[in-house]
Amino acid sequence: MSVFYFIAFLSILFSLLVIFAKNPVHSVLYLIITFFTFTIHYIILNAQFLAVVNFIVYMGAILVLFLFVLMMLNLNKDAEPTKSIYVKLAGIIGGGVLLVTLVGAIKLTAKSNPVVLQDVNLGSVQNLGRVLFNEFLLPFEVSSILLLSAMVGAVLLATKEGKPKATTV
Amino acid sequence: MEIADLIIKLVLVVVIFAISLVVAMYSTYAERKVAAFLQDRVGPNRAGPFGILQPMADGAKMFMKEEIIPTRASGFLFIVGPSLAIMTACIGSAVIPWGPQMEVAGRVIDLQVTDINVGILYIFGVVSLGVYGIMIGGWASNNKYSLLGAIRAASQNISYEISMGLSIIALLMLTGTLSLKEIAEQQHGWHWNVLTQPLGFLIFMVCAFAETNRSPFDLPECETELVGGYHTEYSSMKLGFYLFAEYINMFVSSAVMATLYWGGYNYPGMDWVAAHAGPTIAPIIGVVVLFAKIFAFIFFFMWVRWTIPRFRYDQLMHLGWKTLIPLAIANIVLTGIISTLIDKFA
Repeated sequence: MSVFYFIAFLSILFSLLVIFAKNPVHSVLYLIITFFTFTIHYIILNAQFLAVVNFIVYMGAILVLFLFVLMMLNLNKDAEPTKSIYVKLAGIIGGGVLLVTLVGAIKLTAKSNPVVLQDVNLGSVQNLGRVLFNEFLLPFEVSSILLLSAMVGAVLLATKEGKPKATTV
Repeated sequence: MEIADLIIKLVLVVVIFAISLVVAMYSTYAERKVAAFLQDRVGPNRAGPFGILQPMADGAKMFMKEEIIPTRASGFLFIVGPSLAIMTACIGSAVIPWGPQMEVAGRVIDLQVTDINVGILYIFGVVSLGVYGIMIGGWASNNKYSLLGAIRAASQNISYEISMGLSIIALLMLTGTLSLKEIAEQQHGWHWNVLTQPLGFLIFMVCAFAETNRSPFDLPECETELVGGYHTEYSSMKLGFYLFAEYINMFVSSAVMATLYWGGYNYPGMDWVAAHAGPTIAPIIGVVVLFAKIFAFIFFFMWVRWTIPRFRYDQLMHLGWKTLIPLAIANIVLTGIISTLIDKFA
């Protein structure tokens, strides 16, 4: 349990650093560490497959792309557009309202009983595969179609401006 | 019992770490000797007999050189880059089974640091993490050539990870397990996976070349275009770490290829040897066989480096996205059809 609290503390600390870091690249690096702590959370929950997939997909692929884009943009303080006082005020009020809502929602929740893990191998690849391809086959296939349509959409957006120029090979 | 197991694991970790470092060290020597052999030269021959002490001299030189951190570089990340590169290179070897179970003084020892049931995915994760060392170092140098090298490395790694993953899927369809230990055990004797997955192995190997930034995929450090690529600004041992990480990566990926496709520690006639040499000696022969395969792969890496010229960037992307990915998908489909047919009729 103490491991959980330590890792949870790290998750919150690094997600705060994501927000407070001045440099966008530092921000992404903190986000990478945050995702790494999530991986440890999954391992503590006995979900090795989810942990490794989180590790590969989020840390290894998506955040590399984030970093990639931010490095290309080379954002810094000078390039950041300064916002008017009204926008800032609206942001403060919006954030405050969200905080009140969240505090209210949390106050309403009751403490649930701790969940006891029924099956130790719950998160193993074999179990996950069986569940995905038997019980949840339809949602699984539908989400794959969703991903495919997103991919087609991305290709369409990329080639929107007329025919792509002939590349010199 | 608990403490004894822990000590054994600890010793194993230290031994594997030491072996990877020594192999990486002598790979630099071997690379120069192989290059010399292929180009009909002598190669390093001054330090010790046959230049055998050359890596030591190189290491001493690296440590002695002046350490320069550029003024405009972001200091902490500049150091994190090479550290991360060498760390990710070293942790990959944790799940590789180096030999069959060994019996020493009545105790059965697994010659593997840890057998997690998602072993292949772990390796895959470590590989995908490897790019951060290069990217962070390249960005922190605050040099356009470094940044371009880092960006090339990142796009190359992401592109080739996809076909690497797809080639592994076809292998997993046949083995039915993600644990490297079980995969190695299934290839007992001569039942090597390369016999059933030749195309998958070819794709995996090309991707391994790309992931380790070895020639002909060494565009991130293409000196004719980018000075030194991502390590342009690095000097001293930080540069050494980058170069060393490449050789350790080569060693680990050779070990992975040997384990996944070329039978790992298995060899024809191993049962006969096991019956005659006893449960202590026979596993050691298995380890030697695995290392022979690894060294053969390392030699192949070097052979290719001094034979094939570097790709152009568009050729690299073309090969990755338009050739390897369709081939890997075709391989998955073919594997599925053939294994279903065999299940049905045989």
